[in-house]
Amino acid sequence: MTIDVPTTGRSLPQLQPISFIGADGRLTDTPTEGLRIPSDATLTGLYRQMVLVRRFEAQVTHLTRQGRLATYPSAAGQEAAEVGATTALAPNDWLFPTYRDSAALLTRGVPVAEILAAFRGDWHCGFDPQEYHASPSATPLATQTLHATGFAMAAKLKGEDAATLTFLGDGASSEGDTHEAFNFASVWQTPTVFVLQNNQYAISTPLREQTNATMLADRAAGYGMPGLRVDGNDVAAVFAAVSAALARGRNGDGPTLIECLTYRMESHTNSDDPTKYRDSEEVEHWKQFDPIDRLEKYLRQSEALDDAKVAEVAEAAETLAASVREAMNQEAEIDPRELFAHVYATPRTALAEQQQVVEAELAAAGRA
Amino acid sequence: MSVTAPEATSAPAPSSVTMTKALNQALRDSLADDDTVLVFGEDVGRLGGVFRVTEGLRAEFGSNRVWDSPLAESGIIGTAIGMAMNGMRPVVEMQFDAYAYPAFEQIVSHVAKMRNRTKGRVSLPITIRIPYAGDIGGVEHHSDSSEVYWTSTPGLTVVTPSNPADAYSLLRESIASDDPVVFMEPKSRYWMKEMLSLPVTTAPMNRAQVIREGTDATLLAYGPTVRTALDSAEAGAEHGLSIEVIDLRTLSPFDDETVSASVRKTSRAAIIHEAAQFGGYGAEVAARLTERNFTHLSAPILRVAGFDVPYPSPKLEEFYLPTVERVLDALESWDWEL
Repeated sequence: MTIDVPTTGRSLPQLQPISFIGADGRLTDTPTEGLRIPSDATLTGLYRQMVLVRRFEAQVTHLTRQGRLATYPSAAGQEAAEVGATTALAPNDWLFPTYRDSAALLTRGVPVAEILAAFRGDWHCGFDPQEYHASPSATPLATQTLHATGFAMAAKLKGEDAATLTFLGDGASSEGDTHEAFNFASVWQTPTVFVLQNNQYAISTPLREQTNATMLADRAAGYGMPGLRVDGNDVAAVFAAVSAALARGRNGDGPTLIECLTYRMESHTNSDDPTKYRDSEEVEHWKQFDPIDRLEKYLRQSEALDDAKVAEVAEAAETLAASVREAMNQEAEIDPRELFAHVYATPRTALAEQQQVVEAELAAAGRA
Repeated sequence: MSVTAPEATSAPAPSSVTMTKALNQALRDSLADDDTVLVFGEDVGRLGGVFRVTEGLRAEFGSNRVWDSPLAESGIIGTAIGMAMNGMRPVVEMQFDAYAYPAFEQIVSHVAKMRNRTKGRVSLPITIRIPYAGDIGGVEHHSDSSEVYWTSTPGLTVVTPSNPADAYSLLRESIASDDPVVFMEPKSRYWMKEMLSLPVTTAPMNRAQVIREGTDATLLAYGPTVRTALDSAEAGAEHGLSIEVIDLRTLSPFDDETVSASVRKTSRAAIIHEAAQFGGYGAEVAARLTERNFTHLSAPILRVAGFDVPYPSPKLEEFYLPTVERVLDALESWDWEL
């Protein structure tokens, strides 16, 4: 007698990350798992967006140091993963970001003031999720991976042509919700793409103390779903891999895990000192793999970019930075009565009574 | 309590209905009325739930509406959040009270807060069914009363029926609500029977109900302890006391109006619950009633609750649970001359 052994999802990802464009701006000879390099037109668009979000991150970090924002987790250095993955989404798809994915929200079209409302302390989520098809950024680690799975399950049940993409980090990969989301998504075959940005540190804890696994993409095999390991600083590879995974999901073939190898150039937030947990040599080493530099070199070689175009993009980035400064210079009108306005759909007497306390205080202060 | 059938002409003749059957029918009717209602959780499909509350629903509505999820409580709640964001009304089961704890983060950090975070742009009409409390001889982690974790979380509505009619009506209302509801089912009352014609519509879910009139003292109870309160009132009558009994039905929001009116009439009140006393639901009730009715009170508001120990093994349950005798002892402790 033999036991029938299922073999789906058994293949492990290749150890060498999928990459099209090397650090020198030339095409690599790395295996690309059947993926195709995006067109120069697509890559030019990705270049422009990466330059914009890098300037955005730099500006916001600067404003945070000035005390204009309470805190800010920058994704500087991770532009390829943020932009490449998000650009692959169709309008009807949904994004489930974390606190470090402002660049993804910007790429999704969320206005800067609405992205930054949370970090300035105006309101927990400053944008309308329905309008941008983007969930509020999740702060508790990995929780959003389950929301993305459930949303995709509902889309599948309703027969909607929609997929979901969720970002998580190497630290979040140790959380129980990550395991549950991978498992639910695979069992239910939901159109979900898990983009694991392995940026090497969870606040100060390095990857080698986070996991003893050879690589995080390997985990997919244990859930019966495909896993890919991608050079997360090569936007061409990220865009191609995520596009293929989204298409796979829409085709009814279930979820995909994509590990993007990248590096967080800034501190976790402005409240930690990265010199306490990593040395400058390591940071310098990663600068060689800068996602924008390499794409610029590549596109100049193929003549899709020239000095004029680069200057035009740089000017657009300065315009964006100016709009960030302007948005943060304007104080948002916050009505204290809103404390009570959105807690329940069904009005509550006790909340109405508590609102009277604030109303009275406002009246006494002449702000009624 | 008053129970009215919505359409007397179409209602079937009353029959003996258990709370389990009433809950089952509420799920069936909700699934039939609204295509966006989904039922999933551990063992709720083929088996019909370990308490058979979901029995037959998968066969009737198919595995796209009623299905067995992987065994993972955080996963169940977390995916229900995503489904609700995409227009569904998930009704999910946490198999036992203490088994909801792995889902605590999803419930308090996301289910309760999503509406607030998004300024009302995203509602989560999720019903979380939690069989709770003891007195069934359950092993460890199967008899907790976890209500206060949920009642102290803004954004949640917390409902607990004590009888089959309310079980049906409150569950229908919970599923139809645009707010997330933690629906706590008293396990020890699952097999309680009542002559009923389903469907029934009882009082709205944010209202407490006076279920026995009295003039000397008010007993407040919910879920499993309503029976204890009624038995205590009966026993009190034998001692010449006229005891009013209120079934709270909904723990959050608290129905100050109904309860305060009763306490002002009787001037004495005690709350009975199975959960540990310290920081328990009774503490909130006592504080609220005192703040609102101090000058009407003749005696301190008392709590007859579980001891401040982990829920014990079955052979010690009888020493832990609030009993009629302990309620009567509490009533006796008051100075009735005041």
